[in-house]
Amino acid sequence: MIDIILLLFLVICGFVAVAMNDLLSTTIILGAYSLIMAIVWTRLNAVDVAFTEASVGAGITTVLIIAALSRTQRMEAQILAGGRSKKYEKYKVKRLLLLMVILVTGGILMYGTIDMPAFGNPNDPANLHVVPRYIKKTYEETGVVNFVTAILANYRGYDTLGETSVIFTAGLSVILLLRRKK
Amino acid sequence: MIEFILAKYNYWIYIVLMMIGFYAIIVKENLIKKIIGINIFQTAVFLFYISIAKVKGGTAPIIWEKAGPYDNPLPHVLILTGIVVSVSTTAVALALIIKIYKAYGSIEEDKILEMKEETVPLSIKGSKKNSEHLTSDSMLYTDE
Amino acid sequence: MKEHIVVRTVCSILIPFIQLFALYVVANGESSPGGGFQGGVILGASIILYAIVFGMKSGRKRVSERLSDLLISAGVLIYAGVGLLAIFAGGAYLEYGALPLGTKKLASHLGIYGIEIGVAITVAAVMITIFFETARHEDD
Repeated sequence: MIDIILLLFLVICGFVAVAMNDLLSTTIILGAYSLIMAIVWTRLNAVDVAFTEASVGAGITTVLIIAALSRTQRMEAQILAGGRSKKYEKYKVKRLLLLMVILVTGGILMYGTIDMPAFGNPNDPANLHVVPRYIKKTYEETGVVNFVTAILANYRGYDTLGETSVIFTAGLSVILLLRRKK
Repeated sequence: MIEFILAKYNYWIYIVLMMIGFYAIIVKENLIKKIIGINIFQTAVFLFYISIAKVKGGTAPIIWEKAGPYDNPLPHVLILTGIVVSVSTTAVALALIIKIYKAYGSIEEDKILEMKEETVPLSIKGSKKNSEHLTSDSMLYTDE
Repeated sequence: MKEHIVVRTVCSILIPFIQLFALYVVANGESSPGGGFQGGVILGASIILYAIVFGMKSGRKRVSERLSDLLISAGVLIYAGVGLLAIFAGGAYLEYGALPLGTKKLASHLGIYGIEIGVAITVAAVMITIFFETARHEDD
């Protein structure tokens, strides 16, 4: 029951974040959205992911977007609904077409879920491939108790090296784009 | 029928979340709204992956004496990497938005496109003589 | 926010504990939730909090541009260096078990520590850098 309530909260937060006109409020609601997402992940037993989302999504991302807002503008420009301008008519047609694209995409994905294994099924193909080996051998091969850390750092060390390089590259790009010359 | 809905309803909610993010990405004109849409879209995909990893009656993937079956740790690892990449892309996108705001004085996509059309008529695009008026060039090299 | 005495006092008490917690998260990553990435983010967040409360300039005095730039690359180098050490010890790249540190199990345990520390350093330095470059400067 609590899961359904949390998921509905997520949908409401996402909807309000997109519908709001004030970008600062949008950012704060996005932070709340990330925090609820972290709670949902704790309910799904993904503790490492929940920890990361709580510190990154609800913390750092919010701070960064507010920092960017402090150097741009706070309010989103509104296309006036009252005036029957040509631009507004054009925008309405465009929005209708794009809404149809979104609905068709969502519909196709929902059709795809019919063939998905049921939620929590232990014989789901995703649980049968390499994972039983990881679960059986992790402790004797690495001496680490937390499976996620063991896979992240040892079995999939190359992935994590790539991930660290992605962060490194992002840091370099931000320095190149924004740093002032002395 | 009810069993079917109970087994699948969470996937449908993730798809609804994804559609909300998709709407913000392609319909909204404001660039920061687009970033927020990308964030919502990404978390919806992450949520989908994490819910695949759940095993009925499983415990968190940390070795414990009395533990029954463990949840699948592999999607958790992949999504951990995904979250890191998502914060990196957000940071670079925000830096680009700040640069765009400095060059055009606006973060609304339609206004930026209008300004671009005024400065660079389509017919002379690509001719070398006029390329120095390209606003995208000046955007990269401006220094306050 | 320099003029708010309550915020300043609370933050100057809290920040050391936040940093201690960040180090705990990095060090305890192999037996509880957490690890290099989460610990690095928390460490970066503590410096960001300091810069928000006490001003950008005093924040940059604590972590200078030069230091954070050095740390960004140092973390990746530590990670890649542990991998190279494994090659010199006769294993494959990033095969910590081959490191000459007692048993194979202990060696891979210590190798995981090494790369977690590298990840934490890079992440903390990048988060600090991104914040300082993105936020508005006082002379803007």
